[in-house]
Amino acid sequence: MFFDIGLDLFPLLAAVFAAVSCALLGNFLVLRRLSLMGDAISHSVLPGLVIAFLITSTRSPIAMFAGAAIAGVATVVLVEFVKRFGRVESGAAMGVVFSILFALGVLLIEQAAARHVDLDADCVLHGQLETLVWYSAPDSFGGLFTLQTLQQTPRQVKTLAITLILAIGFVTLLFKELRLAAFDSALATTLGFNATFLHYLLMIFVATATVASFEAVGSILVIAMLICPAAVARLFTDRLGSQIICSVIVALICSIGGYFSATILPSAFGIDAVNAAGAMAMMGGIVLAIAVFVSPSHGVISRVIRRRRLSGRVALDDLLAAIFRATEKGQLQPTRTELQIGFAHANLHRTIQRANHLQLVEPIGTQQVRLTESGMQAASEVVRRHRLWEHYLVEKVGLAPDHVHETAELLEHLPPRPPQGPESDPHGKVIPKGFS
Amino acid sequence: MIPQSPSKSSLPNTLEHRPEHSSQSPLSVHAMTVAYHKKPVLWDVDYDATPNKLIAIVGPNGAGKSTFIKSCLGLVPKAAGLVEFWGMPYRRARSRIGYVPQRESVDWDFPVSALDVVAMGRYRHIGWCRPVSRKHKQVALECLDLVGMKPFASRQISQLSGGQQQRVFLARALAQQADLYFMDEPFAGVDAATERAIIEVLRRLKGEGKTVIVVHHDLQSVPEYFDEVILLNMRVVAAGPVREVFTKENLHKTYGGRLTLLSEAAEAVARNEIGV
Amino acid sequence: MTPGTGPSSIQDVTDEWPAIAEIIETITLRAGHNTNMVIAGTTLLGLAAGLIGVFALLRNRSLMTDALSHATLPGITLAFLILGAKSLPVLLLGATITGVLGVLCIQLLLRHTRLREDASIGIVLSVFFGAGIVGLSYIQVNAPSGSGGLNHFIYGQAATMQPRDVVLMGAIALAAMIATIFLLKEFTIVCFNDAFARVDGWPVGLIDLLMMALVVVVTVAGLQAVGLILVVSLLIIPPVAARFWTDRLPRLVIIAALIGACSGYTGSVVSALFPRKPAGAVIVLTAGVFFAISMFFAPRRGVIAITIRRQKLRMKIAGDHLLEFAHDLGETMISRDQYLGFAKLHAWSKTYTAMVGFSLARDGMIERVNQGGITLTDAGVRRGNRVSRNHALWEQYLVSYADIAPSHVDWSVDLVEHVLSEDLVLELESALRKRGVVIPEHTIVGGR
Repeated sequence: MFFDIGLDLFPLLAAVFAAVSCALLGNFLVLRRLSLMGDAISHSVLPGLVIAFLITSTRSPIAMFAGAAIAGVATVVLVEFVKRFGRVESGAAMGVVFSILFALGVLLIEQAAARHVDLDADCVLHGQLETLVWYSAPDSFGGLFTLQTLQQTPRQVKTLAITLILAIGFVTLLFKELRLAAFDSALATTLGFNATFLHYLLMIFVATATVASFEAVGSILVIAMLICPAAVARLFTDRLGSQIICSVIVALICSIGGYFSATILPSAFGIDAVNAAGAMAMMGGIVLAIAVFVSPSHGVISRVIRRRRLSGRVALDDLLAAIFRATEKGQLQPTRTELQIGFAHANLHRTIQRANHLQLVEPIGTQQVRLTESGMQAASEVVRRHRLWEHYLVEKVGLAPDHVHETAELLEHLPPRPPQGPESDPHGKVIPKGFS
Repeated sequence: MIPQSPSKSSLPNTLEHRPEHSSQSPLSVHAMTVAYHKKPVLWDVDYDATPNKLIAIVGPNGAGKSTFIKSCLGLVPKAAGLVEFWGMPYRRARSRIGYVPQRESVDWDFPVSALDVVAMGRYRHIGWCRPVSRKHKQVALECLDLVGMKPFASRQISQLSGGQQQRVFLARALAQQADLYFMDEPFAGVDAATERAIIEVLRRLKGEGKTVIVVHHDLQSVPEYFDEVILLNMRVVAAGPVREVFTKENLHKTYGGRLTLLSEAAEAVARNEIGV
Repeated sequence: MTPGTGPSSIQDVTDEWPAIAEIIETITLRAGHNTNMVIAGTTLLGLAAGLIGVFALLRNRSLMTDALSHATLPGITLAFLILGAKSLPVLLLGATITGVLGVLCIQLLLRHTRLREDASIGIVLSVFFGAGIVGLSYIQVNAPSGSGGLNHFIYGQAATMQPRDVVLMGAIALAAMIATIFLLKEFTIVCFNDAFARVDGWPVGLIDLLMMALVVVVTVAGLQAVGLILVVSLLIIPPVAARFWTDRLPRLVIIAALIGACSGYTGSVVSALFPRKPAGAVIVLTAGVFFAISMFFAPRRGVIAITIRRQKLRMKIAGDHLLEFAHDLGETMISRDQYLGFAKLHAWSKTYTAMVGFSLARDGMIERVNQGGITLTDAGVRRGNRVSRNHALWEQYLVSYADIAPSHVDWSVDLVEHVLSEDLVLELESALRKRGVVIPEHTIVGGR
């Protein structure tokens, strides 16, 4: 079966809610280069939780959240304290603080275990999505829209839903302030938005998201979803607004894709399901790896394509210029062999073919070529730009005449237009008139 | 030229132009282009240093002064061009070259004393795996003395003032006992005593027949302190003896705008990622 | 998670204290072969980690090691899945491979994308660890029995330490020590100023690689004992704690190694003596205690020492102000009303006013007379003179040299008059004389 409401609905909802809330908050962590603060907080929330649990002896969400929020803020304050008074570099300060707090948490969990309290340290890391099974689930999606559904929704899913709503509210209401604080916190403070306060508020939200998530999806997913979606979005866009939307989409892909590849895919092969939170974190890595390659603006592939396209254009320009120069010397139909000299690109014949295809060059026999009328225009424009650049470099920039050829060769293919110049270039060659 | 593989295209040319550079020159730079993130910072720089001179590199902010030094020393990769020291490649001349980096480039809270830092200048002479012997410590101490910092030898470096830190760096370079020195903004933000100490050291080095190339930001003191000057702004505007080159006209060329088109072209090179 | 059914408050949990004899036996390594193995192993591990952690810290690589240790988990599970058996060397080999792979991924992300270091580290850490968790869960449900122990790599289980593990730890600690002794100079120059090292002809990449390799080895060796989450703290905390005590690298290395070894020792002893005290956590907490002590009580860099120093300086400046005030009045006696008025003008609190008076009296600058007034001693008069003169000199300097002053001075103007050294005062005087500025009269009564 592809999707079993009883088995899959609540785990999936929990994962989606957790992933999206983390992704929303993570945008600002990544922008402010605080990604690892999310990591630190999700580690050091542990003792806060255990202490809250040991003191109140209940798992009431309020106590848990209080414990987590206090631990979260304490982490930030302690890191700041160690950094400032201990003169310790910020990475090391974070490392010191969160590992001590985490060790404390592990120790306290053992103490709790002594009292038959089942606080499993493993579950804190990778969650227990599979426990969110809905035994009295309706058979079809139609049966979902009843009050009963709401009543039977597990506490974890409700908590995560509230966290998501809070995170959306936080990000949309304070969007402008958060953006300003992320970009220039000093300016934000002088404009009356207290950047420090916003910073701590953000950290409290991160701690909240961590604690809301930990029971269901575990802290590893929190760390992954705080960083990966925002990082992927950074590779796709330069605007904060679209970055946030993009990160939410990535979070959805990771959580849903991760969930299905952890549960349904293995069962198709007759294997038991694997840990879904871990699979979602892995999915984040896969999406990021894909983004690194295919992102249209910053991806590796698009960079390669852009480069090839440009080099094709440069080769074409150089071919036209070479024929033009031959024409200047009175040789109206240079041979391929002659053109090959000084033609630095990989394939002369393919370039000629392309130029022929564009009706810039026409072959004469098998060996010779000549420029067509439009080819002549294009070629003289290229040569004109080249010689104008040479003139500029010698006269205005002050380079030696024997040095400018290479630089001009590069600049002639680029958008900025050279300034107008005299009739001839520094080497005494005539600068062709522009056609346009 | 092919933008895709600059090395292929520049090689024949560099060989062709080689003879114009003398093997006597402690530093000869030929057609050096340097780009940061594909954006050209230095464009087709040519320069030959005269031996046994104090040479200042001046130019506006972002003109590539530090980059010039760093790419000569191989700290920043060159996009094209050739750098030679006494007609040899950097690798073979390395033992004769000393370097004073910018003061901000290191963590001054690092757990070493002033003497330890100066002793780093001796490491090359000491070699792998051997500790710093008394003899080398003595040399380091003498170098500290030359910059007037002997009383501070055992101070942790964060307890020194900015000028004193600069003098420690200078002493370290002295301890390298090189023939050609590169100094990156040694006069930036130092007190009068340090300025005097640096000048004294520079003159002493010159007296010993060495060549010193200094990135400098204070135009006023150039004629007083230096023999030669390189006016740099993305390319060498002028280079040579101070009284010939350090003219109002050249300075105007270096500092005055007029290069907007060239920097626009540099931006275009960066955007199109074709490399230079 | 189910609510507890046992005692309901934290105070109810009491661990029985072991007998004194048992404690002494454990501490002195007479509590049996197994316990000794664990203690020796963790002590050696702490030593090696503290030693090599110094260079990771100085090279700003602390959190890189965190990603490294998390990235070992998928390697462990993969090695287990491929080999199908729990052979420690193979598992550790797998751990090393994916750990190094993780570090390489960070470098690739940094070089080829616009992502910053923090994000790159976080991504590698969470994604690799997620993969490891998937592998673990797969093994738990699908693989044959005998796989239970893999979980221990996350939180560590020092108790399973075998003699050959101890030998391994010893070898690693020895290697770290030898490398540090022979290559201290090379490590130092690369950590302090890599550009200079490169110009000086040192193969910076190779030396870096060696440092990183030692970090990898220590991390992997520590997985079994303290677990992959906490092993990084053994690399970070001891060096950071040691940094408070010394400004010399050789001493720093020794102190960090000692703190690491002590933490390892204490942790495993406590864990052997008390039930439910996981060694890894106790080791880290012990290191944490060392860190807290160092941070607060270290003689020069400690928080308390710094606070006291700052207070003293504030006191001195406040006292100077008072003495200067007396000097400007031309009096050697200040009445109670004048004193309180002065305090009010400077917005001093009552306690602060009293403290200033006390510190001046202790330094022999003033004597108290009746009705709360004060009399300046000769030393006090001289000090007042000097401060007043420095103040005037400084003002003159700023007035006549305002155009060049900023490049010569990096202190705030208010404080400067109190910290001028003799040399600087002389320089000020000569500078002002050159400009033909009238220098305030030298009213000092003898001495300086």
